[in-house]
Amino acid sequence: MDWLKTFLNSSIGKKFLMALTGSFLIIFLIIHLIGNITLFFGPEAFNGYVKKLASIKPLIRVIEVVLFSAFLLHIFNGVRLWIENKKARPVEYKINGSDKNSSIFSRTMFVSGSIVFIFLVLHLGTFFWRFNIHDPMNLASQHKYYEIVTHFFSYWWYVLVYVIAMILLGFHLNHGFQSAFQTFGLNNKKYTPFIKKLGTIYAIIMAVGFASMPIYFFLIGGAK
Amino acid sequence: MIKLDSKIPSGNISEKWTNHKFNLKLVNPANKRKYTIIVVGTGLAGASASATLGELGYNVLTFTFHDSARRAHSIAAQGGINAAKNYQNDGDSIFRLFYDTIKGGDFRAREANVYRLAEVSGNIIDQCVSQGVPFAREYGGLLDNRSFGGAQVSRTFYAKGQTGQQLLLGAVASMNRQIDLGNVKLFTRREMLDLVVIDGQAKGIVVRNLITGEIEKYSAHAVVLATGGYSNVFFLSTNAMNCNATAIWRAHKRGALFANPCFTQIHPTCLPIHGESQSKLTLMSESLRNDGRVWVSKFKNDMRHPNDIPEEERDYYLERKYPSFGNLSPRDISSRAAKEVCDEGRGVHGGDAVYLDFRDAIKRLGKKVIEERYGNLFEIYQTITGENPYEVPMKIYPAPHYTMGGLWVDYNLMSNIPGLFVIGEANFSDHGANRLGASALMQGLADGYFIIPYTMGDYLASYKPSLVETSHPEFEKVKNDVEDLTKRLLSIKGKRTVDDIHKQLGRIMWDKVGMSRNEKGLKEAISQIRELRDEFWSNVNVPGSGNDVNQTLERAGRVADYLELGELMAIDALHRNESCGGHFREEYQYEDGEAKRDDENYSYVAAWEMKDNFNWELHKENLTFEYVKPTVRSYK
Amino acid sequence: MESKKLNLKLKIWRQKNSNSVGSFVDYNVTVSPDASFLEMLDELNNNLESQGLEPIAFESDCREGICGTCGLVINGQPHGPIPRIATCQLHMRNFKDGDTIWVEPFRAKAFPVIKDLMVDRSAFDKILQAGGYISSNVGGAPDANSILIPKEVASEAFDAASCIGCGACVAACKNASAMLFVSAKISHLGLLPQGQPERYRRVERMIKVMDELGFGSCTNTYACEAECPKGISVKFIARMNRDYLAAKLKASKSEVA
Repeated sequence: MDWLKTFLNSSIGKKFLMALTGSFLIIFLIIHLIGNITLFFGPEAFNGYVKKLASIKPLIRVIEVVLFSAFLLHIFNGVRLWIENKKARPVEYKINGSDKNSSIFSRTMFVSGSIVFIFLVLHLGTFFWRFNIHDPMNLASQHKYYEIVTHFFSYWWYVLVYVIAMILLGFHLNHGFQSAFQTFGLNNKKYTPFIKKLGTIYAIIMAVGFASMPIYFFLIGGAK
Repeated sequence: MIKLDSKIPSGNISEKWTNHKFNLKLVNPANKRKYTIIVVGTGLAGASASATLGELGYNVLTFTFHDSARRAHSIAAQGGINAAKNYQNDGDSIFRLFYDTIKGGDFRAREANVYRLAEVSGNIIDQCVSQGVPFAREYGGLLDNRSFGGAQVSRTFYAKGQTGQQLLLGAVASMNRQIDLGNVKLFTRREMLDLVVIDGQAKGIVVRNLITGEIEKYSAHAVVLATGGYSNVFFLSTNAMNCNATAIWRAHKRGALFANPCFTQIHPTCLPIHGESQSKLTLMSESLRNDGRVWVSKFKNDMRHPNDIPEEERDYYLERKYPSFGNLSPRDISSRAAKEVCDEGRGVHGGDAVYLDFRDAIKRLGKKVIEERYGNLFEIYQTITGENPYEVPMKIYPAPHYTMGGLWVDYNLMSNIPGLFVIGEANFSDHGANRLGASALMQGLADGYFIIPYTMGDYLASYKPSLVETSHPEFEKVKNDVEDLTKRLLSIKGKRTVDDIHKQLGRIMWDKVGMSRNEKGLKEAISQIRELRDEFWSNVNVPGSGNDVNQTLERAGRVADYLELGELMAIDALHRNESCGGHFREEYQYEDGEAKRDDENYSYVAAWEMKDNFNWELHKENLTFEYVKPTVRSYK
Repeated sequence: MESKKLNLKLKIWRQKNSNSVGSFVDYNVTVSPDASFLEMLDELNNNLESQGLEPIAFESDCREGICGTCGLVINGQPHGPIPRIATCQLHMRNFKDGDTIWVEPFRAKAFPVIKDLMVDRSAFDKILQAGGYISSNVGGAPDANSILIPKEVASEAFDAASCIGCGACVAACKNASAMLFVSAKISHLGLLPQGQPERYRRVERMIKVMDELGFGSCTNTYACEAECPKGISVKFIARMNRDYLAAKLKASKSEVA
């Protein structure tokens, strides 16, 4: 397995690991969004969906482990790359002209990723925690997941954090989507422009899709 | 007393090289690694020689003043490389390439050398392709060719307008492989400042480490100089900023003969001068003349925009004067013709420039084809001048470009100092008084890949030279000489800058030892150069110290050498009472202005030996022409 | 013909040697718009020298944009504001009278500053010396036309091979990554039939050395492509990634640890 270790510690290997975990998370987000859309169809739909998931708990647990590993690898590897890349230029330029040669999305992956990470902690801390572990209002036990979600979406600060994070998630995905293809070695003049557009559309759908829920429930529920 | 022996093998010209190779002594494979060879320069000749000597198993030490071998000026050669492959079925052959080169050189080159060059030309292409040089190809996958000045066949292989770059990267890659394998050791940022000769044999070099300023000594069984030409004596030339004559000049001062110094080539298609601050001239590949038409107005001081000058008022002077070669006439002839029309006042807006027009070619072939062929050259032109050559004709003017002269070498490419080999542009050997387009790359690679590897073995096997320790007193002495020179340059602390004096020398050279020369001007040039040399040594200012990076000091040393070489060029031009190739003496011309060669008195190589106090002694190597009868060189 | 001269304020990085700390020094210059950027520096240096001051060390050679020697970061951009040219081809007509211009050296851990604006890019050569070649001894080459190469393949290889090794890609990259440079060489050789025998060994060896030299990793910002004077495409990086992955996944035992 030496070859794998060498590979994963090489510059290209690290990129590859980012792209691989990133792609997995990209697919996960699609499924996550589709599931969450049931929120718009009322408590029965959403609670039913969550209940359904709970009924296949062993499978979900496996997926959760994989997902969690993907997140960890993506984050750990990303931080490692960031530190190494900083070291590659010990003296910074006085004048930074990077706005003239690259997109802001591509240059801010660490920042956007970090904010999404903070959000992720908050997100898990509320929903995952409340659904599975800590149930003070005795809602999860009654499969009243919808009520938990809408409860949190009635706090303006929570909605605000959520929306900002989703915008940055969009930034992150806009670059990450096409970047993964490039890292996998898929770049050609026929498909790449299409992939880049698709990535932008995907990023917008994810950002708007996930942000629409807190905004919607905040507006119909009124501020608390 | 020096006796020149060209060592030309006997026999029919087509068998000379084959027989010679058989007769050369060999070094057995196990012994090769016991020999150390120094190669100075990493252009086409130096890199290919280093690579090939390394492949053979010699222990090679290669030096360049650049930060990387790939920066050598061969990289800037644009147009292409000739080879007698006859892939186009247009009647090319080794003999024809030989014939064209001899004639192109105006019968001032050695037949045997030129034939050998033509003979190995095909192998060069094979070698380059096998290294991954991406030459232009046809849709069928075969190699493409184009035609070039001075030839009526298409024998030029090219890689867009970056042929030199691709060939050099190929040669450097081969050398890198030998570095990887441990056969070649590359020393970058080292400038050779002197040659060490012990008991009459070349034993090593002294270099300056351009980063630390340290003077370092290196010894070897043989030294190969591949340090290029000396066009920068003109200050403004198409050569790179750092091209210089120092290595060959210092070798000359240690006893190597300098041959035909006045044979310099003025390239017809360069960008005109824009102003005082100009640092160099940019070449526009001669390949442009394949499709571009050269013209000026029929009227003096015509201030009209070129596109407003109607067809009947344009003088396509090359097509008019040389109908069979037209725009593809050789470089010396095209350059002089441009000077002539400009001297008449018919240049662009009455100044020093002529038009190179692609209007008809774009009409005939379409913009796309022209873009494919010359796209990058057009881009360069537009970047520099701010004008779009697809719409407005290019403006061009001749500029110093290549030097056919160089250190004298025999058929084995060895100078009169045993163990000192000189290859590529640094030697004088193959181009006579004028070089044809796309032949410099051919010569550099022929010397490095196919000739030096054989002749080096012969030297080592027959002379059995010893390796001298660098602690030898002579090494110490040469090192001290170099250090003294550095100290002297730094201590003058005068008022004039190095560039200022170099520019002044350049003006003298261009006006009096340039495209056309006469006795009066040459005599003036000699005395002016001497005065300027004195001025330099009493009034130049070289700031900084010798103990770190000091680019002014580097340039000062080079200019000091130009101030001597320039004089020798003028002396050589003055002594050669004829016009031939790049050397045009106004006193020697036919009524129609064509060059008048004097085969009876000047069919020789002028090899100069430096005596004390800037006196030179002339040695003559007579040239005999058995296979191509010297005729008036007509391209009409 | 001489156009109106420009008055400019230059802020130029001066640094005595690799061990010392550098800083910006101000210079005022008046220059013809037809002069090139480097000719402007020549003039400035000539003025400094005539005052007995040490000129600014910067490198250049061919001044035709092909040797790759020159390379300055001008107002934050390697080779200045005009795309697809090297510093030597940048002309002053692209600046306005009264402009302030910041001039810095290429900055990267792998490219230490030697003096002022001169940097050491020998790391590039170390990578090339680790397999950036086709092993073909002189004497053994078959006839040049014996292997057909489709025009498109030859011209794609040429595009990759047109890299001038200036290092602008490293200078532009926010991670100081050398992947555009390395991928250009790997693609040049890997596209041609002659380069196939060593294709995978080459990519493994070159990447290994590249990683050891302190360059950063690629994060696909494509700043390299935007600043490359030869416009070398990042598609070659993708190609290199592919080749590297293939090399690592191949069953044959890798020689490169």
